Amino acid sequence: MADKVKLAYYLSGGCGGCDMAIIDLSENLVDLLPRLDVVFWAPTVADVKYRDLEGLPDKSIDVGLFSGMIRLSEQEHMAAIMRRKCRTLIAYGACAALGGIPGMGNMHSKEEIFQTAYFDTLSTDNPDGVIPQTRCLVDGKYELTLPEFYRYVRPLQDVAEVDYFVGGCPPHHSFVARVIPDILGGSFPAPGSWITSDKAVCALCDRNPAVKGEEMKLIKTIKRTTDGPPEEGKCLLQQGYLCLGAVTQGDCGALCPKVNIPCRGCGGPVPGVKDFGLRAISAVASLLENEELVDRIPSPVKLFYRYSLPASMLGRKIK
Amino acid sequence: MSDWKPNIVVFACNWCTYQGADLAGILRCDYPSTISIIRVPCTGCVEPEFIVAALKNGADGVFVGGCHPGDCHYQEGNNKAAARFKLLKTVLTEMGFEPDRVRMEWISGSEGKRFAETMTEFNESIERIGPNPIGRYINGG
Amino acid sequence: MTLKKIEINPMTRLEGHGKISVFLNDRGNVDDVFFQTVELRGYERFLTGMPIEEVPRTVSTICGVCRCVHFVASVKAADAVYHAEPTPTAGKIRELLLNAHYVEDHTAVLYALGFPDFVVGPTADAAGRNLIGLIQAVGVDMGRLILKKRYAAVKVIEMLGGKPIHPVAALPGGWSKRVTEEERKEILALSTEMVELGQLTLKIFDDVVLRNKEYMDLVTGEVYKVECNYMGTVDEKNRVQFYDGTQRIVDTAGREIGRFTGEGYLDHIAERVLPWSYLKVPYLKRLGWKGITDGEGTSLYSVGPLARLNVADGMDTPLAQEAYEKMYTAFGGKPVHNILAYHWARAIELLNAAEKVQRLASDESITGPDVGAELGTPDEGVGVVEAARGVLIHHYKTDNRGIVREVNLIVATTHNNGPINMAVKRAARHFIKNGKVDEGILNLVEMAYRPYDICLACATHTLPGRLPLELEVYDHAGELCKTLRNF
Repeated sequence: MADKVKLAYYLSGGCGGCDMAIIDLSENLVDLLPRLDVVFWAPTVADVKYRDLEGLPDKSIDVGLFSGMIRLSEQEHMAAIMRRKCRTLIAYGACAALGGIPGMGNMHSKEEIFQTAYFDTLSTDNPDGVIPQTRCLVDGKYELTLPEFYRYVRPLQDVAEVDYFVGGCPPHHSFVARVIPDILGGSFPAPGSWITSDKAVCALCDRNPAVKGEEMKLIKTIKRTTDGPPEEGKCLLQQGYLCLGAVTQGDCGALCPKVNIPCRGCGGPVPGVKDFGLRAISAVASLLENEELVDRIPSPVKLFYRYSLPASMLGRKIK
Repeated sequence: MSDWKPNIVVFACNWCTYQGADLAGILRCDYPSTISIIRVPCTGCVEPEFIVAALKNGADGVFVGGCHPGDCHYQEGNNKAAARFKLLKTVLTEMGFEPDRVRMEWISGSEGKRFAETMTEFNESIERIGPNPIGRYINGG
Repeated sequence: MTLKKIEINPMTRLEGHGKISVFLNDRGNVDDVFFQTVELRGYERFLTGMPIEEVPRTVSTICGVCRCVHFVASVKAADAVYHAEPTPTAGKIRELLLNAHYVEDHTAVLYALGFPDFVVGPTADAAGRNLIGLIQAVGVDMGRLILKKRYAAVKVIEMLGGKPIHPVAALPGGWSKRVTEEERKEILALSTEMVELGQLTLKIFDDVVLRNKEYMDLVTGEVYKVECNYMGTVDEKNRVQFYDGTQRIVDTAGREIGRFTGEGYLDHIAERVLPWSYLKVPYLKRLGWKGITDGEGTSLYSVGPLARLNVADGMDTPLAQEAYEKMYTAFGGKPVHNILAYHWARAIELLNAAEKVQRLASDESITGPDVGAELGTPDEGVGVVEAARGVLIHHYKTDNRGIVREVNLIVATTHNNGPINMAVKRAARHFIKNGKVDEGILNLVEMAYRPYDICLACATHTLPGRLPLELEVYDHAGELCKTLRNF
């Protein structure tokens, strides 16, 4: 291999779990390091400042990994910089690609979130009705500022053109281990697509009736995981547990159903699906024996859009 | 606001509701000009994306018309459509839409008059609800 | 160059957005310092409407680093919501998962965050003061060995939790899967690596810090010291516990001043809202709000490794107990207010957690079939665990179908908000003199919050996103004279 691949990593909003998935490459990581030239990794690893990144020639970085969603103006700014400096920009993980779990915040207004955090929570002590201010004078002399937040969470592609998407909350380290050599070798699919093994969770799930030559039947009941354990080896959805594996990319290796837990779609939509939640609604509802069962599904938005509300067609609660 | 008229999208099954609409025309039944009909092979192929795309692009109401239960040309299409529609409606309501902004009805090819009446009634109902909130949402509301 | 902590840490960094504002008086000395948290998220709000059994796998994403602790605290709260006693086997599986998490988290924090300051040097060139610099300093083979041993813990988490980063297998009253005999044996084998990792880590700490007089002066000196109350979880013999136990509070002199479990937290903890930070400041309710101040009589308390060791009388495993005694002998008594000892305590706990993994995996009954309990009618429940960073409280109220209606989360870094402000203030006052501020000095200031392993992602569970740390220096006229930031 001739030159090292220049890599930039930026953690935007999000939890750092996607960083951990890289750390979890463990010894493989030590082996990969000689082939990588990490020119930027913020705010975590490298001592390169934003302004240094801004000073680099445009398109001088081979690959940019962007994890986390966009909630602050600065994150939007960094997305634009990353886009300018990187030849290939990858939305890495569910938050960057879809908005992620914090995207469920789009069902609530900023005022509601503040009301909960600073007034309604049980241990909150707020005798003077204080709300954090973007500008505040403490003791009459210390002027302190806080940044302003956008009212909604957005995925990366809403603020910058994205070349590729990687799903997963976070991507499983074994998948990262498969993807990184491809990235290093410069082998990419068609621009705008997801980097994926192209298989749904169901395709990799031992419980799938199809792999056993059985028919999928209509669902007679809706079950929650608190309603008792599922039958071994039998499709969770078939038993009434609302598993979203049919529309979810299976780059995880169908891990959740293996431990008797239904898939919630963190892998992102299977190729060709634009709106994860709507397709999941379609897939699940089509199997219901009768439409009354719909009433037994608790909080459908936060089920079908668990990881993808900001990237959906509507994006957020509309009023 | 006063000159606002609803913009209504109707997905009509080729085998029944669309025939019903045809019959309404033959029978010279009036129904509002706010209705735009999209002919589909079966309500079973009306994906939730289609309805949301209509709403997102500014439709004030969306109507899905299909064959009566048991009469589906493809056996089960309308049953699947009914469950999907109900679930989608729950989701749309949770997302801030008025529940009556979307409606599904079974209208057969022989129910031309009923088609016209249903459209008139749906149009009135949308007029009462008012414009699609998406307009306000797009403008940052 | 700047407040290095964020940048040097690929794994644990400062989780989230922080900002320190330093105000100088007319002689150029520090007048006051404010540590501000500049983000908040919406978990307490958007968890509402979700079925309680979906919550543990969801709150895990409050933090990708310390995910297991949110996961376990949340499922314990879900037990309480359903009035369910988790089965003995499920309890053991959870405790095993949590201890394996401690091993990998404490390792990540120490090697990526605590050690670089000492191994590479507190005022050394920032470029090398990070994990990669550390690996270079200790050697690639050693780096590989440490990562391999840490990975043993990650593997256990995946085996038990279903997924390695955000686990999914928790259920109210139990666990979604049984542990097979093969898995138990594999975990037992892996636990040997973990115990070795714990011993190795204490040895590195010993070699690098304890044998270096200059460093020991910093560790035992007056600069990095915050005198406050402490809160941590103990068993019936007052030994450090992570998964379950009683929350014990001691005052600045080490005297017990309170105990609680579950909903009792509300009698002891109140969180004051500040107009200048998105993060609230918890204090001991019975002592009353006295502002951000330390010393005898303060109502601020801290949590985390040092706090846990300070409130306890010992450790419940032999090797960790030995290390515990050694630390307190070195300081000559309890409680230790020297915050750099947080790193020491962390290394001791790493060994303790590894020994516990070994003990739990040796217990054949962990493969038992009883992983599901009877559930009652859901209403309200509190779950408390010791997160790697300190006491973690999850409190939920649901309707009678188990749909979440109200949420309250008090996270480790939030408890430490007041003490962190004090620590940063003290270090800034000490190092910034006569208007002289440079980047080496700023790292010394940073070293004052690094022991707390600040996890602002956790603390701000309540708008997502993160900002790197920024330090603003104002002159006595209130003019901004310098901004230093790591971006």
